[in-house]
Amino acid sequence: MKKTIVSIALGAAAIFAASAVSAQTLNNVKNKGQLTCGSNTGLAGFGAPDDKGVWKGLDVDVCRAIAAAIFNDATKVKFVPLSSKDRFTALQSGEVDVLVRNSTWTMSRDTSLGLNFTGINYYDGQGFMVRKKLGVSSALELNGASVCTQQGTTTELNLADFFRANKMKYEVVAFATSDETIKAYDAGRCDAFTTDASGLYAERLKLTNPADHIVLPEIISKEPLGPAVRHGDDQWFDLVKWVLYAMVNAEELGVTQANLDQMLKSDNPEIKRLLGTEGKFGEMIGLSNDWVVRIVKNVGNYGESFERNVGEGSPLKIKRGLNALWSKGGLQYAPPIR
Amino acid sequence: MTTEADRGAPRVSPLYDPKVRGIAYQVVLALVIVFVVYEAATNAIENLRAAKIASGFGFWTVEAGFDINQKLIPFSSTGGSTYGDAFLVGLLNTLIVAAFGIVLATILGFVIGIARLSKNWIIAKLSMVYVEVIRNTPLLLQLLFWYNAVLKPLPDPRNSVSLFGAIFLNNRGVVMPTPIAGPNFDWTWIATLVAIVVWIVLSYVARKQQAATGKRFPANLIGFALFIFLPLIAFWAAGGPLTFEYPKQSRFNLTGGMQIYPEFVALLLGLTIYTAAFIAENVRAGILAVSKGQSEAAHALGLSNGQTLRLIVVPQAMRVIIPPLTSQYLNLTKNSSLAVAIGYPDLVQVFTGTVLNQTGQAVEVIAITMLVYLTISLTTSFFMNIYNSRMALVER
Repeated sequence: MKKTIVSIALGAAAIFAASAVSAQTLNNVKNKGQLTCGSNTGLAGFGAPDDKGVWKGLDVDVCRAIAAAIFNDATKVKFVPLSSKDRFTALQSGEVDVLVRNSTWTMSRDTSLGLNFTGINYYDGQGFMVRKKLGVSSALELNGASVCTQQGTTTELNLADFFRANKMKYEVVAFATSDETIKAYDAGRCDAFTTDASGLYAERLKLTNPADHIVLPEIISKEPLGPAVRHGDDQWFDLVKWVLYAMVNAEELGVTQANLDQMLKSDNPEIKRLLGTEGKFGEMIGLSNDWVVRIVKNVGNYGESFERNVGEGSPLKIKRGLNALWSKGGLQYAPPIR
Repeated sequence: MTTEADRGAPRVSPLYDPKVRGIAYQVVLALVIVFVVYEAATNAIENLRAAKIASGFGFWTVEAGFDINQKLIPFSSTGGSTYGDAFLVGLLNTLIVAAFGIVLATILGFVIGIARLSKNWIIAKLSMVYVEVIRNTPLLLQLLFWYNAVLKPLPDPRNSVSLFGAIFLNNRGVVMPTPIAGPNFDWTWIATLVAIVVWIVLSYVARKQQAATGKRFPANLIGFALFIFLPLIAFWAAGGPLTFEYPKQSRFNLTGGMQIYPEFVALLLGLTIYTAAFIAENVRAGILAVSKGQSEAAHALGLSNGQTLRLIVVPQAMRVIIPPLTSQYLNLTKNSSLAVAIGYPDLVQVFTGTVLNQTGQAVEVIAITMLVYLTISLTTSFFMNIYNSRMALVER
């Protein structure tokens, strides 16, 4: 019911609000003194508050990096937890300035929802988790199974595609939030639980006995997850896009939180342009020229954020895989700052 | 000499004429409302276009590409079902849970309401505790409780509880054999129809007879017996043309047979038990509104306790009960949208959940959903008002 009220409120906002679309997002954020960032309601490693109520995660770090680039202060972010079915409406109606909430970039979302994806901060794919005692070792053995999933996601559609393509039957049980979904799976309502592979590892931690469950090897879809902004404000679109690229470029050039001060003295022209000691790249997106220095100092480069939140330095221990830099066999590739 | 009346009403300027003023205010108000609605609509269209958000109802015939577990009409991602079909599936799921809920809540509510007035102390107090506990806790909490209460204690499908080797109970719901009608099964339907017609005619004749001669004839008893036995005889005569498709154990679930999902059971239980508490109070109020003299008079005339309740008290109480009962029915229907919390695919869950998110057309989807609930509620009110006017006091 609460969800419905949110949807209705957002619908009403869409009707009565004066045009929410304007090229003023950066000015609005500066005037408010903080960035409003649409976040997950709680997905470990990507966006969740810790035991002290501080938001942590790979997606959260993108928000913090944007705030750092604008205010030189990574704490000037207000996180708005959004369920998967409310997230795009919240962005459309102007409730949040940017949506960084493990959202999959698809053509229909990019074209008909009035929003733009600015890049890909995590290459993911959908997988399945089952109980060990079922003795299932492949997703192709799931014929006739009940599957719990969260509604309003690409997951729901991929699931239908996968079973259709493999001529298998299944029963879907869809819930509004990820918490309800994982609880129903834990209670035995379903044989399998499906979401993005990264999410499977994170959600498994919430189960009564995580060790009783295994993630099946199949990845059944491409899930490029990235930040999204509203249509119609190209300056803001560029800013969000280049904050993420700057984090990736910083990793590629070896600029870290620890060596930032030495790097500022570097003679490497690429590093000089990145850190703003040469050129006026920051001004091109409406920021000061030391914007990348602010990002790295407050948040770190992409690799540091990855390790801290989902990699070896976290309970999730996800390998870089597709998310390694292009120079190391992965897909993370940022256009040059030039 | 002229009187006041001859001169007619005193002439006043139209500016101060209350009638003219009243009309003028109404016109202004109507214009303001029209203007606001027009502005809101054009503003919304303009905003959606500026934001490049798809609008219009073109999505209705687009393939949905997702699945729904409980469906009363065929719906599948393989069969090319559309968002319009998804809407219908959701709507039917809402209607079926509301219909069952209304019937069950009415029965339970009447029982509890009458029990609360019982002379038996324990029954009366138990009913009171039921009403107070259920009425004063949030429905959402109760739904979550029932969902877990239904789900948690049941075994997984491999260890299903089996009744007569045909009906299976597990944490995926109840699975029953599907009856499949044979070629001569139509005779059973015809016999049922005949029995109903005879029952109606019998009770009409019996009423006429009682009004004319005072003699009573057990029309309902005979009618009910016919209703049960006539179809059975026809069924037996036709050679028992009915087979069953039994559920079979497969790797994960039982396949084949009819399935009742735990989400449906939990929602139905929650709505019934919650609404029954309110109905019980309406019933109690209605019965207490009938003055004590009525039942005393009935007893004095030699009517039994049951007859007094059935013939004297309830018909008079109904006049007080029906109007609040109508609003309880409307509440139950609207409350069924809380299904979203326990994964029951009702209209709100399917349409404003999945469809809204896949299409991104919040304004259209929310507008349609509101319109549907409005239509259901107005229809329910309409029929309850007809019933109310039939039960109302007829002045002779």
